Amino acid sequence: MFSYIIKRLTQGLFLVFSVSVLVFAMLYMMPGDPIDQMMGWKVSQEKKDEMRHFYGFDLPMHEQYINWAAKIVKSGDFGLSIRTKLPVLDLMKARIPITLKFTGLTLLFDILIAVPLGLVCAYKKDSPFDRAVVGVSLFFTAIPQFWTAVLLILLFGVTWKILPLHGYETPLHLVLPVAAGVLGSFASTIRMTKSEVLDVIKEKYVLTAYAKGLGKTAVLIKHVLRNALILVTVLVSLSIPWLISGAVILEHIFGIPGMGGLIVNSIIMQDFAVVQACVLVISLLTVSFNLLCDFLIGILDPRISIALKGGER
Amino acid sequence: MNETPFMEFLISARRNANFLVGAFIIASVVFVAVLAPVLAPYGYDEPHKADRLQPPSAKYPFGTDDFGRDMLSKVIYGARITLQIALIGTFIQMFLGVTIGMLSGYFGGLVDKVLMYIADLAWCIPGIILALAVVTLLGKGLNNSIIAISLVNWTQFARIVRAKTMAIKNQAFIETGIAFGEKAPTIMLRYIFPNIVPALIVMISLQLPSTVISTTALSFLGLGSQPPSPDWGLALSNGMKYVSRGQWLSIFPGIALVYTVFGFNLLGEGVRDLIDPRMKSH
Repeated sequence: MFSYIIKRLTQGLFLVFSVSVLVFAMLYMMPGDPIDQMMGWKVSQEKKDEMRHFYGFDLPMHEQYINWAAKIVKSGDFGLSIRTKLPVLDLMKARIPITLKFTGLTLLFDILIAVPLGLVCAYKKDSPFDRAVVGVSLFFTAIPQFWTAVLLILLFGVTWKILPLHGYETPLHLVLPVAAGVLGSFASTIRMTKSEVLDVIKEKYVLTAYAKGLGKTAVLIKHVLRNALILVTVLVSLSIPWLISGAVILEHIFGIPGMGGLIVNSIIMQDFAVVQACVLVISLLTVSFNLLCDFLIGILDPRISIALKGGER
Repeated sequence: MNETPFMEFLISARRNANFLVGAFIIASVVFVAVLAPVLAPYGYDEPHKADRLQPPSAKYPFGTDDFGRDMLSKVIYGARITLQIALIGTFIQMFLGVTIGMLSGYFGGLVDKVLMYIADLAWCIPGIILALAVVTLLGKGLNNSIIAISLVNWTQFARIVRAKTMAIKNQAFIETGIAFGEKAPTIMLRYIFPNIVPALIVMISLQLPSTVISTTALSFLGLGSQPPSPDWGLALSNGMKYVSRGQWLSIFPGIALVYTVFGFNLLGEGVRDLIDPRMKSH
């Protein structure tokens, strides 16, 4: 177990390092010179060189990276937003919890709705209920999440006027975005739950449980559902990048002041420092959540930690 | 009877409902896209200044937008953009995935480690974030957003091609080829590639819907196609400005998009069942 944690942690740290190098390199892949963009074209060459020295752009690349990374690690200093001239950290600070709350709620409802449905579908495979659920979820996979959001706005916000369609002032404001998020992800959660549970049902220990005379309900609750806890954790870790992707678009549509809205607006405004910081922070959050889930899975399911000891994934 | 695999495919395809319905839907989209100038009542960017934001009527079956442009014509011409996204986007993903997957699977060792690490990296960053980063670097526009989505989605291709290559590499006919003095590129292109084509066709058809959805999403965010393109995502994004005064702007391009994606989904499931029934999940 301990060596498993160390192994995953090292892999995670290395991923974080690589992402940070990539994000840092983005600055140099940008067309145009950052100093030119910051100061405009009219400024004299000497002044520009002075600024270049001031920002450390005249140093070798690896030293620049170390300076950049050290600032972020030490004081969360991501530099200044080119448009608003405010520290990027101040822009992001209030937005991270909002995105986490929004994504967390979506994930919670997704699991609460889709996992029981998936369980029932697996247990009553090929029943009319299973067919109906599979049909509906197949249909929903064809609907892009952003259009689901638009339809919800038209229906509940415009036609029936029962829910607010834009903003983040009251808890009611979160109803439509979370609904859109769940509608966008529940189909794949149902499908994954179903196929995992079908695998569990086939396991020998389930057969053993039946053989020793346990009833259907007892087997389902004691043996199958127990393993479903592991399954839910796996699902959480698999769906996080997908949920965050959805959150970016949904925040933009519903005007939720989270990271997603910030990153889209910053790209449109070409506020590069903010984009860079958002990409880094979101990737870091994703990697850390995945690590956390991996640890949980390792604790819950001894088979996985043994299987992963070889490092194969 | 000398039946080619293609003939066998067609014979069993006749009994596969998913494939038939999907193929019909996509054929209808292709039909509309090809004949757009004939079918569309107006040009997609032809403004009718007197008829701004008109609800659906006999003259404009899908209504008009804020410039008085006919939405039906926009939706019809939009089919061209969507098919362009599907074809070009999926082709780039396939090209990247096949190249990297085959190199990785064939050579193994350090090449494999490095290439698969890049694939892991692209996998752990949320797709849209990576795509947004690429769009930031390249700038807005349809082609750039297609490239961005391809740089995100190629990893699935690479993984499967790598696994297939590793499995084929150890078979006797490869060793025979090597014994005859064939070079690595020849082995990969002439010996291995033909054997991964079936799996490739399955992957392409499964990848089409998500390519369309993600690229359209970028247009919806205002980072893909720019006005006056008839792109459905862009049309929907424009519709968001008029949710209370022109709901039809948000309805019709969305229906067209869902219709097309649904068709690609069915086609993908059908092709997978026909070519590789073992890949079918429960």
